[in-house]
Amino acid sequence: MRLRLAEGTAPVLVVLVALLVGLAIAGPAYDSVEGYLALLKRAAPLMILAIGQYFVIVSGGFDLSVGALVTAGVVIAARMIDGQESATAWVILLVLAFGLLVGLVNGLIATKLLVPSFIVTLGMLLVLDGAVFLWTGGAPRGALSEGFRQFGRGSVDVPVLGEVPYSVLILLVILVAAALFMRSGTGRALVATGDNDQAVSLSGGRVDRLRLLAFVLSGVLAAVAAILLGGFAGVSAQVGEGLEFRAITAVVLGGVLLGGGRGSVVAATAGALSLEALFTLLNLLGVAGALESAVQGVIIIAAVAYAALGPRTRFRTSRQPAPTQ
Amino acid sequence: MTITRKLAAAVAAAALVLAGCSSELPAEDPPAGGDTSAPDATQSEFFDQAEYERQLGFRDAQPLGPADKPWEQMIQPEMVDTTQYKKAGGNYHLCFSNAAVNNPWRQVGFTTMQEEVKLHPEITKFTVLDAEAKDDKQISDIQSLAGQNCDAIIISPNTTATLTPAVEAACEAGAPVIVFDRGVNTDCPVTFIHPIGGFAFGANGAEFLTEEVDAGGKILALRILPGVDVLEQRWAAANEIFSESDLDIVGVEFTDGDAAKTKSIVADYIQREGQIDGVWMDAGATAVAAVEAFQDNGVEVPAFVGEDQQDFLRMWVDEGLTAVAPTYPTYQWRTPVIAALKILNGEEVPSEWVLPQPVVTQSDVDQYVAEDMPPLHYAMCGCEDMPGYPEPWK
Repeated sequence: MRLRLAEGTAPVLVVLVALLVGLAIAGPAYDSVEGYLALLKRAAPLMILAIGQYFVIVSGGFDLSVGALVTAGVVIAARMIDGQESATAWVILLVLAFGLLVGLVNGLIATKLLVPSFIVTLGMLLVLDGAVFLWTGGAPRGALSEGFRQFGRGSVDVPVLGEVPYSVLILLVILVAAALFMRSGTGRALVATGDNDQAVSLSGGRVDRLRLLAFVLSGVLAAVAAILLGGFAGVSAQVGEGLEFRAITAVVLGGVLLGGGRGSVVAATAGALSLEALFTLLNLLGVAGALESAVQGVIIIAAVAYAALGPRTRFRTSRQPAPTQ
Repeated sequence: MTITRKLAAAVAAAALVLAGCSSELPAEDPPAGGDTSAPDATQSEFFDQAEYERQLGFRDAQPLGPADKPWEQMIQPEMVDTTQYKKAGGNYHLCFSNAAVNNPWRQVGFTTMQEEVKLHPEITKFTVLDAEAKDDKQISDIQSLAGQNCDAIIISPNTTATLTPAVEAACEAGAPVIVFDRGVNTDCPVTFIHPIGGFAFGANGAEFLTEEVDAGGKILALRILPGVDVLEQRWAAANEIFSESDLDIVGVEFTDGDAAKTKSIVADYIQREGQIDGVWMDAGATAVAAVEAFQDNGVEVPAFVGEDQQDFLRMWVDEGLTAVAPTYPTYQWRTPVIAALKILNGEEVPSEWVLPQPVVTQSDVDQYVAEDMPPLHYAMCGCEDMPGYPEPWK
């Protein structure tokens, strides 16, 4: 068996390793496994969101609704559980089902009504924001149970590694499943849809179904992220604010082409971890938190510029020697 | 193709320039950043020595009025005559222009105000317009109320300067105007009702830390966001007290009121500093998340400044924390209704109605914990004895 990195994975891995080395130098906590597990635990929700966002972006769309969906998920969970341990299980299912439903609606409107996904999901963001506000009157009510919070807060004893947070285990399962999925026929067709949907359609692929699937996966993964974030930090009506842009930044940082057709899911996830590691590093170095959004903006622009510049330069360097021969 | 490449290069260059500029920000503007040397070096532009001393003085002053009803108490009042507004016979139409109900504090407060209105049968109509935190909407709300035959208009302004002309216009309409919570730059309202204020709030927390934490102890200050005068005053007072103390302020960070961000910031500081001996907060909404960061890192929870929200009070008692909770009491929402009735009765009211601003301490925290109330409920609502309690607040 040969481990082969998908195209575009290498640069983000270099960035990630550099950041992790930086963390090891800057923070005394990062000289042990626990420090990195804590970082992974904190990054897990964003990494899961990035996986969902990857599916949508690689197939040629955008999902701007995930941040609002996370907020809605946490607020709904708190209201429904209202501190009762016994309600935990069905509320988790309810939150996941809600994510699935939102993804389904996004996908159906984008594919059947032919509204650009940017607009559909922007609309969904506003609808969810408004609905949450209307329902809560601006302040979330109820409380999450200890059982619900375990997924984002608790950990389990694993041999060799020690205490591993549940959220890290959940992330690993999702990441492995996503990587396997992208190597399957459906996964390849999804990328091809982003590259050239007419070609996929002509060769018998069902473009609408593939795109719908991407939105549904994004919605469900946003619900998972909501469960982890609610568990990590508790009830808040601000929990999902700006997460959609963080997820998009992460995916772009992972070298995934905006507009679809190129990029790997592992790289997108590594992009999310890099982003979180970067913010942690900036904080450890004492750089103002206000810089976070500026840094995010620079990353988006620089990564897209790099992607636009990259292949052509490579193209030229491989061609240029030819005439001189 | 070369044009695209040039463009891309230009974009990349611009990005680099931007990155260069923004990385200099903390150095140029220390108070806004996490620069560790900043807090004791500079005084906030929001610091006002006279107002600071006035508020600290109010804390020790004996308020007038019934001790068991702090929402009817007043500190050093200057009474004004209101006989010109006297309107006998009840059947009052009360109007209220509310800035917003977009956070738990305003939600608890507004519920309390509605229940207060129910206590008075002489109020037969209560018209409320919610400005949804928008200045322009509140300006038109106030204009609309001015034309609705209100017997009294209560205003909780969204912002100070922008709403001032609208409040002045409402005063000219004839009905008595009552302003509470945030103020306006005019003295045309009959009374302006507010608790002591942000300087006292910030000072209460900071003084607690100077008492509880040994000299040289490391303090982390968590703020929600910069630029909001109420919150800036709290920090300005704390900054003043810290700079005169022997405490080491290792960081001043903005949390955006986001629990996850708060938890991450606190965890980073625990790692960076090895130990944190006290946490000061300008508002308690994310206090529980900050406490959890210590618990999840397996570190003892240090001295904490929170607020009077139930989730924090419960944690304080359950975990045996060393803490203090300055309050910005929600019972102040009862006072405007009471003031309106006094004015319509022709009774005197203070031109500036300063309400006491209690602090929940180690010795009395038990009496403020209410297990059956929602986690974000504010204990200082003064609502426990109201007839409908507790259902409307749940």
